[in-house]
Amino acid sequence: MSPETVGGLGARLRRGETTPAELAAQARGALQSIEDLHPVLRYTDALTERQAGRAARMLAESPERAGPLCGIPFAYKDVLCVEGVETSAGSRILEGFIPPYTGTAIQRLLDAGAVPIAVTNCDEFAMGSSNENSAFGPVGNPWDPSRVPGGSSGGSAAVVSAGAVPFSLGTDTGGSIRQPASFCGVAGFKPTYGRVSRYGLIAFASSLDQIGPFTRSVEDAAHVFTAMAGHDPRDSTTSPLPVEPVATQVARGVAGMRLGVPREYMAEGLEPGVRAAVLAALAELEKLGATLVEVSLPSTEAALSTYYIIAPAECSANLARMDGVRFGLHVDRKSLTDTYLETRGQGFGPEVKRRIMLGTYALSSGYYDAYYRQAQKVRTLIAEEFDRAFESVDALVCPTSPIVAFPKGDKSDPLSMYLCDVLTIPVNLAGLPGISIPCGLSQGLPVGLQVIGPRLGDAQVLRVAHAYEAATAWHAQMPPSSPTATGTPS
Amino acid sequence: MTSTSAVSTLDQVMERWEPVIGLEVHGQLLTRSKMFCGCSADYIGSPPNSNTCPVCLGLPGVLPVMNRVAVEYTVRSALALNCEIPEHSKFDRKNYFYPDLPKGYQISQWDMPLSLNGHLTFTVDGEEVRCGITRVHLEEDTGTLQHAGDILQQARSSVVDLNRAGVPLMEIVGEPDLRTPAQAREYLVRLRQILVYIGVNDGNLEQGSFRCDANISLRKHGDTGLGVKVEVKNMNSFRAVHRALEFEIVRQGRLLDQGQTIAQETRGWVEAKGATISQRSKEYAHDYRYFPEPDLPPLRLSAEFVDRVRAGLPELPQQLAERLQREHGLSAYDAANLTAEREDARAFEALVAAGVPAKAAANWLMGEVARLARETHTPLQGSGLGLEGLASLVKLVEAGSINGSTAKELLEELYLAGGDPAAVVRERGLGQVSDQAELERLVDAVIAENPAAVADFQGGKEQALQRLVGGVMKATSGRADARVVTGLLRERLAR
Ligand SMILES: [Zn+2]
Repeated sequence: MSPETVGGLGARLRRGETTPAELAAQARGALQSIEDLHPVLRYTDALTERQAGRAARMLAESPERAGPLCGIPFAYKDVLCVEGVETSAGSRILEGFIPPYTGTAIQRLLDAGAVPIAVTNCDEFAMGSSNENSAFGPVGNPWDPSRVPGGSSGGSAAVVSAGAVPFSLGTDTGGSIRQPASFCGVAGFKPTYGRVSRYGLIAFASSLDQIGPFTRSVEDAAHVFTAMAGHDPRDSTTSPLPVEPVATQVARGVAGMRLGVPREYMAEGLEPGVRAAVLAALAELEKLGATLVEVSLPSTEAALSTYYIIAPAECSANLARMDGVRFGLHVDRKSLTDTYLETRGQGFGPEVKRRIMLGTYALSSGYYDAYYRQAQKVRTLIAEEFDRAFESVDALVCPTSPIVAFPKGDKSDPLSMYLCDVLTIPVNLAGLPGISIPCGLSQGLPVGLQVIGPRLGDAQVLRVAHAYEAATAWHAQMPPSSPTATGTPS
Repeated sequence: MTSTSAVSTLDQVMERWEPVIGLEVHGQLLTRSKMFCGCSADYIGSPPNSNTCPVCLGLPGVLPVMNRVAVEYTVRSALALNCEIPEHSKFDRKNYFYPDLPKGYQISQWDMPLSLNGHLTFTVDGEEVRCGITRVHLEEDTGTLQHAGDILQQARSSVVDLNRAGVPLMEIVGEPDLRTPAQAREYLVRLRQILVYIGVNDGNLEQGSFRCDANISLRKHGDTGLGVKVEVKNMNSFRAVHRALEFEIVRQGRLLDQGQTIAQETRGWVEAKGATISQRSKEYAHDYRYFPEPDLPPLRLSAEFVDRVRAGLPELPQQLAERLQREHGLSAYDAANLTAEREDARAFEALVAAGVPAKAAANWLMGEVARLARETHTPLQGSGLGLEGLASLVKLVEAGSINGSTAKELLEELYLAGGDPAAVVRERGLGQVSDQAELERLVDAVIAENPAAVADFQGGKEQALQRLVGGVMKATSGRADARVVTGLLRERLAR
């Protein structure tokens, strides 16, 4: 049997069949039982207890008014700040950093009564596609522990995939929610840039980062999104426009919708099993009444290099505050310069250093025009191509990743790792909403279908994904070795 | 100074070389909160690192939120300095590592500042100087460091205080249009005056809310190119700016005279040594790697907003001085003096409105009142006497009810204590003795009592008359009008 969804757990809570504290204890136990996969960095016990108590009071006071997330356990990625809970961004340099404040997205979940259980492992400062860049060790994929769960939000994908928590939070800068969702066989939603506040998210690339949920169903993704989304006076890049009521739209079906299939996303490089699964999914959508249209996004090819200018440029500045002066690692040396060099030299891992150097170089005097300025122009071009495509289609459907989860250590050169994100990166560059949902298996491993919508078309994306999910059973597939799949009752 | 023949004086250097000076002024804005967070912008006196929050501490995960009042104040300043306000501007990150810069970058403005192309006109030694203003832009202040030794690299340990970090800071970049230390000083005086007038800055050089860096190079008279420029920092008074520039002109001039080249570097003014010392040479020159701040959307200022700010600009010092000359017949000198501080000009206008003649109002304000304000560290508006009291006092003099010296004594007495001068004069009988018969009687008595002085005067010794005047004043406890008494004595003794 598959683990319960947010909706299912909520119904039981409201009927008084269980309590937030009981669900929290079960979730903690389930997370502990998958510790060999190493998806959890630490538990939030004190906060868990407080928040479970708060949720219980909310349910007792008014079961109808308590929202769908009240009393629901969740885990969040180690880049989201919560007051009093260590946040290290998967890095030695932030080990021991305890934020004195709570970021907006998690605060809104807390206010909705959701109960945090654990902080999940991730690539250091969210830089990576396999979770192998975590300073605290890699994460195993619940479908095959010798394989990666994807990244950078690998831990968050794994805990939902294993059925330990009904939802988790990740962040997506170039695919870091969608690609691990695809690798782990769960739903992973990256909202429109500016829809969810980034306040409290330890920045990797500010113009690309966005917080989103991993869930077992599209409906659950809509619940979590609705609780987090909306303007935040603390994040000037959030949209002031009101959030569409998603819940009423997701179940409308795709009949009559025009869905674009980007030619460039179905090109060579796709694993045959991935291609087959995605083609089958497209056929299913057609069967459900959608019209499929081939569209072209010719600048796709340039997206990867554009991303690897802009993201490192922004990260080179964002990570400058990790200097050993006020928090985190401090390696004391005689001179200020040596203190900086040693602290950062010892504190950052190789991938983070590589990107800081890339970004520093791209912004250097004499290179700015050739790299950064040029990349911004291409970025505009990519966004305009998407805009044009959305003049004739309601959403785009395509694979999330050209490949399925690969064995740990398989992609040791950075470039082959970067290529994993070739189908997700353009969406971040254009600031669009995108989701990955399970659409089949290849070599016994999950394949993800990506749905991309126009800016602020978050509801449209969820609607297409929901229609597909409702007509198929892939989302109910569990990893062969997971505790739930092996029959542990909940 | 030694007197070897190779050593030239300032005048000699300036005969051969023309200084080219450009000033960069940083002014903290008088907003309530910091540039990007809710902490108070008034950080002076707070315990170290108490006036901070996650945002201005630069903790991981925080985001800046722009202070709109700071934008308005910058636009107000830019308009007062005749700048253009482009519709579109943006913030950029200026990247460098330093412990007083919590984020490792300063949010500033690079290629699209809030304003451009202004100028400031003023007069030095009767000559009109027009200094271009390249731009006025907005950024955030850094924290402060305290360390042993002149510079961080040599300090054994340093402590960081981030109370100041994130205070809105306006940078006014001047064109290299200044040619003498006196011009540079006057530019700063005028600039400071304008910023204080329009209420955006408190003009405090000592505390650093108004700071100045100078770029200076020398070139041959008549050349149009620019020499190697040196940046001079750490000048925290107008006098320091003047002295530091004089020092640099002589230093650079001597080097050039000896055929040496000037090193492009940053030098700091050390007040105690009366000299600039090298702080950072070209090898340390920063590549700030500016790029657009992704956490803040670009800024669009509508024409309506700019018009509204323009309409709200108060009368600027120069306009005010011209009006005072025109409306009240003041001399240019008096008008300039009275408008140096806006409060003085306000007091002047209030006195005149209360019926005090303009010349008398100006003299009192710039003389005795200015002296007392200085000595007691209390401006007239905050004194016990206040504007109304002063008006009533000056009117008593003008009406001849009291004489000048009584008025000065009363001013001194009532300045801090307060009180109604007219009532005090009545109560103490300080009113001037103006009864002609009474005065004549006193004059006759003094003449009768001082035959020696009378003889001296009549013998041609003019000063002897003062002794007789003094006698009458003493008899009236100083309440007689000395001019009237002098006239009466002359009249009597001439008979
Ligand atoms: Zn603050």
